[in-house]
Amino acid sequence: MKLSESSDSPAQSNHNQSPTQFHSRPWAASLILTVGLGLLAFGIALSLSFGAASIRLEEVWNAVFHFKPELQNHQIIWEIRLPRILGGVLIGICFAVAGAIMQGMTRNPLADSGLLGLNSGASLAMAICFALFPGSSFLQLMLYSFVGAALAVVMVYGTSSISKSGLTPVRLVLAGAAVTALLSALGDAISLYFDVGQDLAFWYAGGLSGIKWVQLGIVLPWVVAAFIGALMLSRSITLLSLGDEIALSLGQRTGVVKVVGMILVLILAGAAVSLVGSIGFVGLIIPHITRKLVGVDYRWIIPCSAIMGALLIVFADLAARMINAPEETPVGVLIALIGVPFFLYLARKERRAL
Amino acid sequence: MNNVTNGAIAKASHRKKIHDWMVVVILLVLLIAAFTISANTGTIRLSPMELFRTLFGQGTPQQELILFEFRLPRMVISLLIGAGLAVSGCIMQGVSRNGLADPGILGINAGAGLMVMLFVLLFPSMQTTNSLFLLPALALIGSGAAAILIYALSYKKGEGISPTRLLLSGIGVAAGISAAMIIMTLKLTPESYTFVANWLAGSIWGSNWKFVMALLPWLIVLLPFAYYKANVMNVLNLGDQTASGLGTAIEKERILLLAAAVGLASSSVSVSGGIGFVGLVAPHLARKLVGPKHKMLLVTCALVGALLVLVADTITRSLPLQKEIPTGLIVAIIGAPYFLYLLSRSKG
Repeated sequence: MKLSESSDSPAQSNHNQSPTQFHSRPWAASLILTVGLGLLAFGIALSLSFGAASIRLEEVWNAVFHFKPELQNHQIIWEIRLPRILGGVLIGICFAVAGAIMQGMTRNPLADSGLLGLNSGASLAMAICFALFPGSSFLQLMLYSFVGAALAVVMVYGTSSISKSGLTPVRLVLAGAAVTALLSALGDAISLYFDVGQDLAFWYAGGLSGIKWVQLGIVLPWVVAAFIGALMLSRSITLLSLGDEIALSLGQRTGVVKVVGMILVLILAGAAVSLVGSIGFVGLIIPHITRKLVGVDYRWIIPCSAIMGALLIVFADLAARMINAPEETPVGVLIALIGVPFFLYLARKERRAL
Repeated sequence: MNNVTNGAIAKASHRKKIHDWMVVVILLVLLIAAFTISANTGTIRLSPMELFRTLFGQGTPQQELILFEFRLPRMVISLLIGAGLAVSGCIMQGVSRNGLADPGILGINAGAGLMVMLFVLLFPSMQTTNSLFLLPALALIGSGAAAILIYALSYKKGEGISPTRLLLSGIGVAAGISAAMIIMTLKLTPESYTFVANWLAGSIWGSNWKFVMALLPWLIVLLPFAYYKANVMNVLNLGDQTASGLGTAIEKERILLLAAAVGLASSSVSVSGGIGFVGLVAPHLARKLVGPKHKMLLVTCALVGALLVLVADTITRSLPLQKEIPTGLIVAIIGAPYFLYLLSRSKG
């Protein structure tokens, strides 16, 4: 069986699955990709010109493409706004794609890097850094954050995979809850003991405004590599999302796919957490919406999730700067504000048992 | 033939009963041991003999002061909130038929935390003496409100509440509340922040007899109530259709049981701060020990919870650190690895 991109045709309905589950809408996906890119460009432009100093779009264009260091507005755009906005795009992509991969692989609509403990692992690593190595560079922070996320993944997957009945979605979430409790307890204990709790809170809540070119330069190659990896893995993820048995019978090496997928997820989540801290709901909501719009083929879901995630963060950040200007509202809070009602709406509609 | 099978079943159920009682007795012995060690923990030591004598009024005034005014109330509170949170989690897991449910999920901790943080933010000078009883009351109001909100959000006309919806709404509301709390965190003074962070992490701070008296009535009413409803929970566990087929008024029972669970958890949290892990872990451990029938399960669960918090609090007090690590964190640090171990051993 092949999941071709023109799966609107009735020929796609397979006797194993109900036809609706194979629904894939390439035209919707292409629309999202093109319109999404356009909207993203618009959002970025808007974001660049809006702020404490309002700058005309023409000048924004000049600042980006004909940068003159002696002009103050150019400085603002180049040194403050551009890294911040690109950072927003990047973390939107990271959280959304990580969420999409996890939901596909675990067949669990609730899977996201927060629920499975990754964010708490990365946060623990950050707490250790702040408490014990206060002078760490950003590269070190990011690498520790990878290690922390990896620790959580190893624990969650280790627990679930040692057990006889394997990786059921419920087991995975239970293990995630326990690992989250453990790692965040350790993190809290460290930050309370060393009095770095509020510093950490500031770091996390400061969100996008703290992002610098140096950090972007360090994070970017990892994210690009992970994103390309995700695209290459997307077909396998689609098959995995049909269930382990089906994937196996179709010749998938499910073990390899899961390991590679998990590595991609922890690079994405670790990078994003080290940039802005744990922002919930992006990884949960975006893949949900995307699946509703484009169907079940992860070759479409992953790029579309990336675009939509970037859009969500860029516009949320724009709103976060406007709501209470000149003070900033933490972007994570704003996303929760959008995310919670949506999640509650999903919860009301959800008929499947967990 | 039939007689033989009946005999075998009777024998098996007899053996099960003995096993269950053994579990309870062993847990009680462990509790007494933990109690003795805990009473002995601190700068001034009380040997088991001295402890025994002091308990019965034969100790020196100094020993009596230490035991009755400082250690005993805190230990009693540990036992009570352990039992309260564990049973609350057990009820929630039973009612929602979901092993993930615990007081944290139903927004109890988040609601209580929000109120406490709001209070500290608005009246930063009042954290010490005046608020001793105001804080628990506020926490109670906050957790109750969050629970009602979550219940209302997961209620659908004609369908009632589905266990999955309840769980998801809980996660959603808790996330919303913690987002609100992030904003407040940034506006707190460092001292207030430390206070709130400790409270949220579950440090048992209300350690005198007045708090015991404030907590006790809730437990005295609600724990027996839960035990009395054990059979209802057994039936609810069979699924909605079977349960209503057996003549259970599902919706009514569910509301009653959830209200009991909320009462237990929020009264406990109001005294102890956000201890989050007991309600998740204790019912799982208890189920491993005595199986899924609620009568035995609730008893075991209360004992496991009490033991867990008492041991954690003893560890907290005996750690040679300059600052006390909140009990709730120790609970998670000892409870979580064991829970993971259990999870890896279990089937299905």
